[in-house]
Amino acid sequence: MQISMNGEKRQVAGDSLTIAVLLEMEKVESPEMVSVQVNGDVIDRTLYQETDIGDGDEVDFLYFMGGGSRR
Amino acid sequence: MRDFSEAQLERYSRHILLQDVGVEGQAKLMEARVLIVGAGGLGAPIGLYLAAAGIGKIGIVDGDTVDLSNLQRQVIHFEKDIDTPKVASAREKMLAINPEIEVVTYQKCLRADNIREIIRDYDFVVDGTDNFPTKFLVNDACVMEGIPFSHGGILRFDGQTMTVVPGKSPCYRCTFRQPPPPDAVPTCSQAGVLGAIAGMLGTIQAAEVLKFVTGVGDLLTGTLLTFDAKTMDFKKIKLHKQKNCPVCGEAPTITELYDEEQAVCNLHN
Repeated sequence: MQISMNGEKRQVAGDSLTIAVLLEMEKVESPEMVSVQVNGDVIDRTLYQETDIGDGDEVDFLYFMGGGSRR
Repeated sequence: MRDFSEAQLERYSRHILLQDVGVEGQAKLMEARVLIVGAGGLGAPIGLYLAAAGIGKIGIVDGDTVDLSNLQRQVIHFEKDIDTPKVASAREKMLAINPEIEVVTYQKCLRADNIREIIRDYDFVVDGTDNFPTKFLVNDACVMEGIPFSHGGILRFDGQTMTVVPGKSPCYRCTFRQPPPPDAVPTCSQAGVLGAIAGMLGTIQAAEVLKFVTGVGDLLTGTLLTFDAKTMDFKKIKLHKQKNCPVCGEAPTITELYDEEQAVCNLHN
């Protein structure tokens, strides 16, 4: 199937997969530092195991980023 | 309409020449009141550019003093400023560029019990802090007070920013919900940051302020702008107001400000 990841088209094996599996496939080291948006909806992180992503879905991984004033 | 002196016409001539800005836009800038939270890597370029632009009243909040390790990126502070309060050091440089503006300093950390009364005096808030408790506090307070703000974050080679206009565009919490667990968070002090990244992101935030005040162009509302300086890829990701947002959604669960557990002021290494 084909999904869109942060605006880029991506071929993924199979018909569907969960957000949890996609985070692993993308080798996201700290999933707690990522907010996941599917088709414009921000997904509660307790639902990553049970939320399926299918063909044509638009997925965005949005990273928490601090930075600035602290030394 | 404000009368411009000869010197002001000359000082601001490159703004006035811009058709979209002109004397009207420059007058708006000179009437504007903007609060900068954090006088560090992001606050440095933001403060310098807003002062240069003639923003009438600029507030700066920071409880810290200047450290040698700041000078790699916090370009508003000089070696002679080490150990002096960052807000005083920043104010001195901003007034040296433009003595016509007013710079108000708050040498403290923002907390649930002081933030609302401070931000109420301003038209726009710029977040340049590196800790999530303060970022969420700024978001919640600005949403509650209806004050627009710019979120900014940098880490290693990456930067991200979005502009929030409460009631109209998604807020920071719509997307990021709650601070990540403190032990999962790499700060600049642990992970490092390429110095010029602070300038890249901070000047984008400063440009958003100038656009907001003058009404020129389209703000980064409903948009997370991210860049990776290793590849110089810039991306815009569309964000949406979330009905179940705990602060700006249909049934908010956060109706009063609170301080997150992570100690905001005690991160010195």
